[in-house]
Amino acid sequence: MDEVRVIEIKKSIFEDNDRDADVLRSELRQKGVFLLNLMSSPGSGKTTTLIKTINSLKKDVRIAVMEADIDSDVDAIKIKEATGVQSIQLHTGGMCHLDAEMTRQGLNGLDLTNTDLVILENVGNLVCPAEFDTGASKNCMILSVPEGHDKPLKYPLMFSICDLVLINKMDVAPYFDFDLEKCKEYIKMRNPNAQVIPICAKTGDGIDKFAEWLKYNITQWKKEGK
Amino acid sequence: MHELGVVFHCIKQINEIAAENNVKKLNSVTIQIGEVSTVIPHLFEDCWNWAIKKEPVLENSKLIIERIDAITHCEDCLKDYPTVQHGKTCPHCGSEHTYLLQGNEIYIKQIEAIDNQ
Repeated sequence: MDEVRVIEIKKSIFEDNDRDADVLRSELRQKGVFLLNLMSSPGSGKTTTLIKTINSLKKDVRIAVMEADIDSDVDAIKIKEATGVQSIQLHTGGMCHLDAEMTRQGLNGLDLTNTDLVILENVGNLVCPAEFDTGASKNCMILSVPEGHDKPLKYPLMFSICDLVLINKMDVAPYFDFDLEKCKEYIKMRNPNAQVIPICAKTGDGIDKFAEWLKYNITQWKKEGK
Repeated sequence: MHELGVVFHCIKQINEIAAENNVKKLNSVTIQIGEVSTVIPHLFEDCWNWAIKKEPVLENSKLIIERIDAITHCEDCLKDYPTVQHGKTCPHCGSEHTYLLQGNEIYIKQIEAIDNQ
């Protein structure tokens, strides 16, 4: 005869991922490798921003890049050709985000012995990547001007988990009625601790400030690991 | 397809729990989904029904979904209110100093194991 037995669990489905992410983060801290999780909508200029930033940083910082997409390897190739740094493509197999385990698999494909900074370009999406901790040292997102200054109100979770918000394509702000001050105010409402840096990846405006932010945070991270 | 990723996480954890408890077959799984968890119950169910076909422990099991209401607390007037109707602004005093008390969770509440005698 079959008997049915109830097993109570009451466990968050994010619990395992959060634990994996914490373990990964502390391993990276000990190795002195800073992992930046870069998120945004598709088309906000993540790859262009990365190329400009890497080229301005690469003489001082040893960098590797992981490009996560649902399909194709165009971004990984683009980064390698434009910057010369180590770059690999991760395929999520249809999934809309990366979790800590996938991030670990990606890191295993990189040579971390001579690396200070790994940039993870997450899947272009403002919803799901915010739910899953990747084990990154810091979270950064790009909001581009054509998306509108009200995005922080529409995607509150994404803005609430980011340490840094880059506002890209500032050169076209006058054509889109984009209100930078309003945007900053909305970001502060969702996350009082978030830093905001307006940039223009195309012209290179503000990239130096982002590079400084990275350098400062990498130095702090390496100090913590000692 | 956010729900699919969530379903895969759920299945992975349930398989682990089943193995720990020496369970070979499940009769049902109860999942609690918060009202503002970004997971839509009927999409979760579709993904679930597709995914469990490949899972020996879960195949033919029943999925029970329970909703957790979203409730926000106001730090200024100390009252609670339903999140979905009023969002971040407290309907009692108009304050923005509010935080979510509950409603963004996704829990595996319980599983029902079939034990062969």
